[in-house]
Amino acid sequence: MNIFKKSIFSVLLSLLIIGNVYADKIRIGTEGAYPPWNSKDESGKLIGFEIELAYTLCRYIGQQCTVVEQDWDGMIPALIMRKFDAIMAGMSITAERQKAINFSQGYADEVASLAVMKGSSLEGLDTPAGINLTKPNADAKKALKTLTAALAGKTVCVQTATIHQNFLDSGDVGKVNVRTYKTQDEVNLDLASGRCDAALAAAVAFNDYAEKSGKPVVLTGPTFSGGAFGNGVGVGIRKDDTELLKKFNAAINKARKNGDISRIAIKWFGFDASM
Amino acid sequence: MELLAFGDTGWGDELFRATLMTIAVSITAMIIGFSFAAIFTPLKLSKYKSLNLVANIYTTVIRGVPELLVIYLFFFGGSGAIMFVASMFGYNDYIEINAFVTGSFAIGIISGAYSTEVFRGAIQSIDKGQFEAAKVLGLSKFIQFYKIIFPQMLRLAIPNLSNVWQITLKDTSLISVTGLVEIMRQSYIAAGSTRDPLFFYSFAAVLYLLLTFLSMKLINKLEVKYSRGY
Amino acid sequence: MDFELMVASFPKLLNAALITLKLLSVSLIIGLFIGLLFAILRLNKNIFINKFAYGYSYLFRGTPLLVQIFIIYFGLGQIEYLRSTVLWTVLKEPYWCAIIAFALNTGAYTSEILRSAFQTIKPGIIEAGKSLGIPNKIIFYKIQIPIAIRQSLPAYGNEIILMMKGTSLASTVTIMDLTGVAKYIISTTFKPIEVFIIAGGIYLFMTFIIHNVIKFLEKKYSFNS
Repeated sequence: MNIFKKSIFSVLLSLLIIGNVYADKIRIGTEGAYPPWNSKDESGKLIGFEIELAYTLCRYIGQQCTVVEQDWDGMIPALIMRKFDAIMAGMSITAERQKAINFSQGYADEVASLAVMKGSSLEGLDTPAGINLTKPNADAKKALKTLTAALAGKTVCVQTATIHQNFLDSGDVGKVNVRTYKTQDEVNLDLASGRCDAALAAAVAFNDYAEKSGKPVVLTGPTFSGGAFGNGVGVGIRKDDTELLKKFNAAINKARKNGDISRIAIKWFGFDASM
Repeated sequence: MELLAFGDTGWGDELFRATLMTIAVSITAMIIGFSFAAIFTPLKLSKYKSLNLVANIYTTVIRGVPELLVIYLFFFGGSGAIMFVASMFGYNDYIEINAFVTGSFAIGIISGAYSTEVFRGAIQSIDKGQFEAAKVLGLSKFIQFYKIIFPQMLRLAIPNLSNVWQITLKDTSLISVTGLVEIMRQSYIAAGSTRDPLFFYSFAAVLYLLLTFLSMKLINKLEVKYSRGY
Repeated sequence: MDFELMVASFPKLLNAALITLKLLSVSLIIGLFIGLLFAILRLNKNIFINKFAYGYSYLFRGTPLLVQIFIIYFGLGQIEYLRSTVLWTVLKEPYWCAIIAFALNTGAYTSEILRSAFQTIKPGIIEAGKSLGIPNKIIFYKIQIPIAIRQSLPAYGNEIILMMKGTSLASTVTIMDLTGVAKYIISTTFKPIEVFIIAGGIYLFMTFIIHNVIKFLEKKYSFNS
């Protein structure tokens, strides 16, 4: 090899040696920007419902694990690229995602809701408290009609690559001006500043934002579940990692039986969001 | 101002560390860029058209496509590519790469395309007489290059390399997709947590200006040193 | 390699490229005026005006475009007072925030290009004009500016291409330009490489066109005709 090839090889090799290799540890990827599911505290440490649940599950599996941060829009590619071995980032189980990765059984459920600023014309919509879109009944269909009329031509903000974006794109509420943002934080900022007429995300996310920022954010319309919103939140695992999938499913069963999931959910959500 | 305090209450220490990270990534990227330039500049100046084409594809594509796309493409496809390159050298195991390496490499590839152009331009503006004189002296090709052509090329290249440095430094703001905590990402986190984007992004601008300012001072000193005797 | 996906996403990406071109052209036009203004200010004898113009140029060239967009979009959006003024109708839209950021940015680089072009005009040309009795103002508008523009073409062509790449940052503030749509398609198909090849290809094609147009203009307006 001439000198150039040699020097490049040695640079590459030394850089890779600096790179970390986690052998038996399970690396779990999370966003760190979706409270109360996952977020960061003042010192930058990852905290939240899923972080606590992750360590609990790893205890049951009997292996060490570390939680790794990853931007939401690169979450699934990062898993496939082996940056980490599992995703616990408030990621709902959807048919579309299941084309690329496997999911464990669901460990918690989240309901979505529209949010507006107090005083908005969209406040207090006349709809049932909650609708399920997997098998929409007459009530659900009526609610969708009400929403379509109310949201016509309005700007609704969502985080990119989420079930919430999928729902708005599905046409179930007609033609809406959808704006997508990299993180839920950015959605909240633009909702508060008036750039968005409404926003769609997990109900708990808006409650958390209203609490922490003191801004007058109110939920409106029904809470959504099922259909485009998926079937609960599960652990994302690579398709060829069947062993790990079994381990996580077994651990989730144990954690559910022992009441761990309920306990941790009540701590972070204020209610039992476990499945 | 208390937002900038060091320690647990303020973001000062995080931002300081992020600034060091920005500097580290920029320097690493420049060096990686130089390695790429070391390969592609000779290819560009070679008498074989096919080699010219390879080098031209590199510089044209990387300088013509937005950095965001290059970084995304590298981040998502890079792991596979690195493993492919390593397998050429006989290393077939799975390779683990951390965010710093990925980020620096992504920016490095971009930086290298610009550096290649700079070095090419610099070599082409050295008086042909220098090459002839070097040959006439009967020195080996290696020494010809290192002791005669290379120093002159550096002197001509330094002004434009300082531009490449500025570009590289500012491009580091785009690698938050790799999760690396440099200035932009840390400001983003702080802005989100304190809901004060105006303060933190403005402060990030100040930090970048500071880095630009200090870089210019250092590079001016370098220019003076290399122009001695001219 | 999923060719089906590449073919299917091509029309969507092409449409988005139109938005990119719109962003580019509007920003460049506004930026050119800003650049011309500040280039003139930089050549002014008054030290305050001079330094002010230098400060503007230093600020926008020394900070990343991403920071500039974020300050204008998120930072200004945070200020309660601004939201009650008429400015909000403009700042509310991500499109205008992006244009403002792009225009100010390219304005800074353009002002540097034009300034150096002004400063390298042969003094003899200006003297010739003066000796013919042409008033200073006319010398400036009819002689200096056209010559400066001609001399700036290579560097400005470069700036156009850099700005086209800069428009990709509009995708960070919700605008669905070429990069934004590319990111969207990837997030739903999880096939980044195929999409980036097409999107990158479209950018390269636009670069190619711009590069050749500039080359053509350079030849057409060169002094060797």
